[in-house]
Amino acid sequence: MIHVSDLRKEYIQKGQKITAVNSISFDVQKGEFFSLLGPNGAGKTTTISILSTILSPTSGNVLINGIDVRKDPHGIRQHIGVIFQDPSLDDRLSAQENMDFHGRLYGMSPVDRLRRSELLLKMVDLWDRRSSLIRTFSGGMKRRLEIARGLMHRPLLLILDEPTIGLDPKSRRDIWHYIHEARREWSMTILLTTHYLEEADGADRVAIMSKGKIVALDHPANLKASLGPSLVTIEFPPESLESLKTTLNMLYGISRFSLESESLLRFPMPVNVSSPAVFLQSLPPVLTGFSIGTATLDDVFISLTGDDGSIDNR
Amino acid sequence: MEEIQRMTNQEPQSQLTIELISDIDQKIHSTGPFLRDLRGIYTLWLRDVIRLWRDRIRLVGSFIQPLLFLFVLGGGLRGRVVPQGSGTNYQIFIFPGIVLMSILFTSSFAGMAVVWDREMGFLKEVLVAPISRTAVVVGKILGGASNSLIQGIFLLALAPFLKIYPSFGQIFFMLGVMLIVSLSQTAMGIALSARMSSSQGFMVLMNFIVLPIYFLSGAMFPLNQLPTWLSVLSQMDPLTYGVDLMRGILLGTFYYSVYRDIFIIMFFGLLMLYISVRQFQKD
Repeated sequence: MIHVSDLRKEYIQKGQKITAVNSISFDVQKGEFFSLLGPNGAGKTTTISILSTILSPTSGNVLINGIDVRKDPHGIRQHIGVIFQDPSLDDRLSAQENMDFHGRLYGMSPVDRLRRSELLLKMVDLWDRRSSLIRTFSGGMKRRLEIARGLMHRPLLLILDEPTIGLDPKSRRDIWHYIHEARREWSMTILLTTHYLEEADGADRVAIMSKGKIVALDHPANLKASLGPSLVTIEFPPESLESLKTTLNMLYGISRFSLESESLLRFPMPVNVSSPAVFLQSLPPVLTGFSIGTATLDDVFISLTGDDGSIDNR
Repeated sequence: MEEIQRMTNQEPQSQLTIELISDIDQKIHSTGPFLRDLRGIYTLWLRDVIRLWRDRIRLVGSFIQPLLFLFVLGGGLRGRVVPQGSGTNYQIFIFPGIVLMSILFTSSFAGMAVVWDREMGFLKEVLVAPISRTAVVVGKILGGASNSLIQGIFLLALAPFLKIYPSFGQIFFMLGVMLIVSLSQTAMGIALSARMSSSQGFMVLMNFIVLPIYFLSGAMFPLNQLPTWLSVLSQMDPLTYGVDLMRGILLGTFYYSVYRDIFIIMFFGLLMLYISVRQFQKD
């Protein structure tokens, strides 16, 4: 469905060359749910702007449904639905009219527009508000309408740029429910960018981006497995930090931590210990907390990007 | 709007119709880029017209300025200022210029609408739609020009209040001039909007451009015996030739030759169309 090879995008800003996307390559299969994960400024939005033909690449190839984005951008746009990070509705028109205009722009017949907008507005629970102007809608309602509108012309590829940013947990859940419902209806490919790690967790494959490059690309479970079967978190008084680190390094050769602060360390459980109890006993008796859990995408993300975990909007 | 209302009242479709729809869909999706663009142009035009209709207060409000010029300034100077060589009173003399003034101001507002669309985010929705940039620009120009042409027609309809009774022929030719001026001034506004991201910035820019265009056009004064600097600037103003045409058609005296007037307003219109399309292609 999507083929990206050696894609680069450079900007000139204040006389300086900025490489927003630095030679990335990936393929997405038809019907796959693919997620781009990374902090702000990692190049996610630039990448999907190129895929949705808003920006043109500096170099490299991008094929969508077998069509080159440079050769036939209009042919591609017919098959993709884009849900932008910021709202893109006409707030002086009603919900129904926004849907209808979208249908017209994508060349849908009047009967089809009517049928589709009814179906989708009912799906996102906005059918009762179909005649209200968008300016009277809340943020969550606007987002739901944008999802419905993006699905209006039955896109083969749905591109979602941070679709649930700034929404309350219930709205976020609802939106994912609608997207999956639509995905069941026809085999739609989904490309998601997000920095909510738990949203990327639902994807078939995740590409982690950092500073314009893809630093890891795999199934979320495999990414987590790469950190070992389980993660240990220990808590202690700050003055014990150095002695604990020395002990861990001497006994188990642990020198890298997936999370580190003056009173907390997180690291993969060493494979050569027989049980957690044995492991616990081998440490100095200064711990105030001890827990074992499976790795999350957070841990993968932090260990790969070296980020301190302060990915914003979390 | 009514169309949408009517459509929403229809009965749900049967299974058979659904099958038919997918057939129709195939046909529509396989139409060529030209038809796709025509449909896009119509859609964008329709949106502007619906929005104008919904914003009737703005429509009414925009008449206040030309009416003040026409009846207060025109009425006040009517007996005191006699435009040389026009054979008419001041109020009638400025009438064609006032019609074009309202067109000029409303047309440049179309550029503002593009900036608002960008601020609101709606422009992105249009830019990822399967229509060409040219269709986007042409659709916006037609939408904005319809807007200002409607305004111009309303003002032209005030002619009987000034005891001007144009013939059908005169009305026909004036509508032609008004259409060309509407299209070219809208295209200018849209060309200027292509790079603007803030509406405040655009407003300032428009004041720098629209007011000089208006004041230099000779809408408010006769073009003969002007100081040289003013005469030169006035000749560089494309609206001068539109005003001259309108006044010539209505009052029978042209300052420049008709052909020169027509050539210049057509040329300016096409140039602005070309520039605005080019500006948006680069985006």
